[in-house]
Amino acid sequence: MSAAALPTDVDAVVALLEQHDYIADRRLATSVFLALKMGRPLFLEGEAGVGKTEIAKVLAVALGRELVRLQCYEGLDTASAVYEWNYPRQMIEIRLAEAQGSVDRDALATDIFAERFLIRRPILQALSAHAGAAPVLLIDELDRTDEPFEAYLLEVLAEYQVTIPELGAIKASSPPIVVITSNRTREIHDAIKRRCLYHWVDYPNAGRELAIGRRKVPGAGAKLSGEVVAFTQRLRAMDLFKAPGIAETLDWAEALVALDRIALDPEAVASTLGALLKYQDDIGAVTPEIAAQLIAEARVEATELGS
Amino acid sequence: MTSIARAGPGRLAENILHFARVLRAAGLPVGPAKVIAALEAVQAVGVEHREDFRAALQSVLIERHEHQALFDQAFELFWRNPRLLERMMQLLLPKVYTRASRSDAEAALPARLAEALAAPQSPEREMETQEVSVDALFTFSPREVLQSRDFETMTATELSEVRAMIARLRLPLPERPVRRTVAARRGTTVDLRASLRAMASSGGAVVPLAWRQRRRRRPPLVVLCDISGSMDRYSRMLLFFLHAITNDRDRVHTLLFGTRLTNITRHLRRRDVDVAVARVAAAVSDWAGGTRIGACLAEFNRRWSRRLLGQGAVVLLISDGLDSDVGEGLSLEMERLSKSCRRLIWLNPLLRYDKFEARPAGIRAMLPYVDEFLPVHNLESLKQLAARFAERPARRSTGRGPAFERGARSHVLAA
Repeated sequence: MSAAALPTDVDAVVALLEQHDYIADRRLATSVFLALKMGRPLFLEGEAGVGKTEIAKVLAVALGRELVRLQCYEGLDTASAVYEWNYPRQMIEIRLAEAQGSVDRDALATDIFAERFLIRRPILQALSAHAGAAPVLLIDELDRTDEPFEAYLLEVLAEYQVTIPELGAIKASSPPIVVITSNRTREIHDAIKRRCLYHWVDYPNAGRELAIGRRKVPGAGAKLSGEVVAFTQRLRAMDLFKAPGIAETLDWAEALVALDRIALDPEAVASTLGALLKYQDDIGAVTPEIAAQLIAEARVEATELGS
Repeated sequence: MTSIARAGPGRLAENILHFARVLRAAGLPVGPAKVIAALEAVQAVGVEHREDFRAALQSVLIERHEHQALFDQAFELFWRNPRLLERMMQLLLPKVYTRASRSDAEAALPARLAEALAAPQSPEREMETQEVSVDALFTFSPREVLQSRDFETMTATELSEVRAMIARLRLPLPERPVRRTVAARRGTTVDLRASLRAMASSGGAVVPLAWRQRRRRRPPLVVLCDISGSMDRYSRMLLFFLHAITNDRDRVHTLLFGTRLTNITRHLRRRDVDVAVARVAAAVSDWAGGTRIGACLAEFNRRWSRRLLGQGAVVLLISDGLDSDVGEGLSLEMERLSKSCRRLIWLNPLLRYDKFEARPAGIRAMLPYVDEFLPVHNLESLKQLAARFAERPARRSTGRGPAFERGARSHVLAA
């Protein structure tokens, strides 16, 4: 994998992402550009399914960097996020020293806590030296972990280094490109956000969503994708518990293609609505009458979108 | 910084500094580090495209989605004509505020904007809120005693004594194990790292194993407190209680509701109780009005539940359950609320009456979904509340029986 040069302006970022099938709006592209240029972590917040994780993946591919992903969960600790000692090997080392007879205790203690007994977890991996350029570090769904881990991240994000008590600080020679995502199931502490460039990833407008749909679900005809997008956009305006994200739009379009539809009809909508809405109350709110009305409106708008 | 300022074309750097000051005055947390970052960002992006320029400033200067609307307004005004904005600053804030409170249909955005504006840093706003606080403190009931006396019937001096007592109250929700571990003398898993360190320094001799066990932590607490007219006397006193428990521990979130829902967590975090209560008084616009429990719970479920009810949260619902319009929605929203939290506890001041019956439609709609139904009307009941949590595990029994009977029984015991 050979690392590509960083884009030199916002237009280059838009073009680069588009090459890899990520249609970003200009605001997001500006944030990405600044994150690369200023060497700051990019903090992406937004509803589920709007393409936050995707941007890190695309960046890694587009820039020819390795992607190191850290999926957060409750109780995530340094042993699974940063590093761990290789205990079995350490034990063997102690046994060997024992068998050889002469045991210098101090030497042994320093020996078994040496770098070769270190197991690198995602964060340490991202900070370690790489053959090519520094990797993209994706810290996914940071809101799922707890505050102590956030506090730990502060050192990592500010200095790009981790401190291992037995070894001392390990600092990245070239800092990784850091992307942090959050679904906002709780507020992330301001101290973290302050170190990052913040961007709220919103639902796309109809034009952009259509462009994404055409790229990701090429099997859907122009008519179908236009109607799907117009329908979804209208659903988002409704008073729903969870509005569908782009991921859902794409799923739905794929479902309709699998059913050989070339346009929306009430029956198809009713049987595939589960791809779009994930709460029973929301599905219940889209009654057949409302669905019929939305379809009619979507048809009109789809022709406008197409033209 | 000066080098950056000089590098900026003309007076641009100066204007950015000015713009940052305006945002700060409007309540956004914009520190010097951010201003420097903003200058750097603008230099990187350039000023050829207005949209890029705006996006650059925005990604550096805001850190919450709630600040977006405020930023947009300020940006539009400022970069059209900085002088104009300066003159309009005084007018801008109240104007945005009234619009926010009026439009119900478009609540999402303006409500957040109002929220962002409700945490003002400017001195004028502070003075204004202090006046409100004086009002709030002396509107408590003009009658009489302490421990077992109803808050409703206390004098101002008695209230201040009670306040001092409340300030010492704690709510010891039982701790529950989290997935993180700590070293322990007798634990459940072997601490390999510590054991090996001991082994190495003893030269491979047999050493006792080191152990770790699951850490325990209090679950997050979300308080939904009714401030409608019928709850007036209690809710104002309860605010002091809420302030005490908010500052005692982490992960407490408080929302007030009457006809609309307001998140007051940030205000309550202020150490000084009078400042905190004054800020709350300024932030909340529907004191002692009507109640729309169903609508407020619906709003909570949609806007806040996913953000606050993670990690096994306990919900404390403080209300008399007297809803002015009981729709079909109320029991649905209660059901959803109860399903998204670990435990739902309803504190109701009406329970102080021995002959209390769950007759009002609102109460009947809500009762099937609560895990505990407890009185809250005087200091004694607040204390008992604390004692009760201390002795009982906060786990939900699988079969959720008729909560009212359980609650009623506990009430008899407490009396």
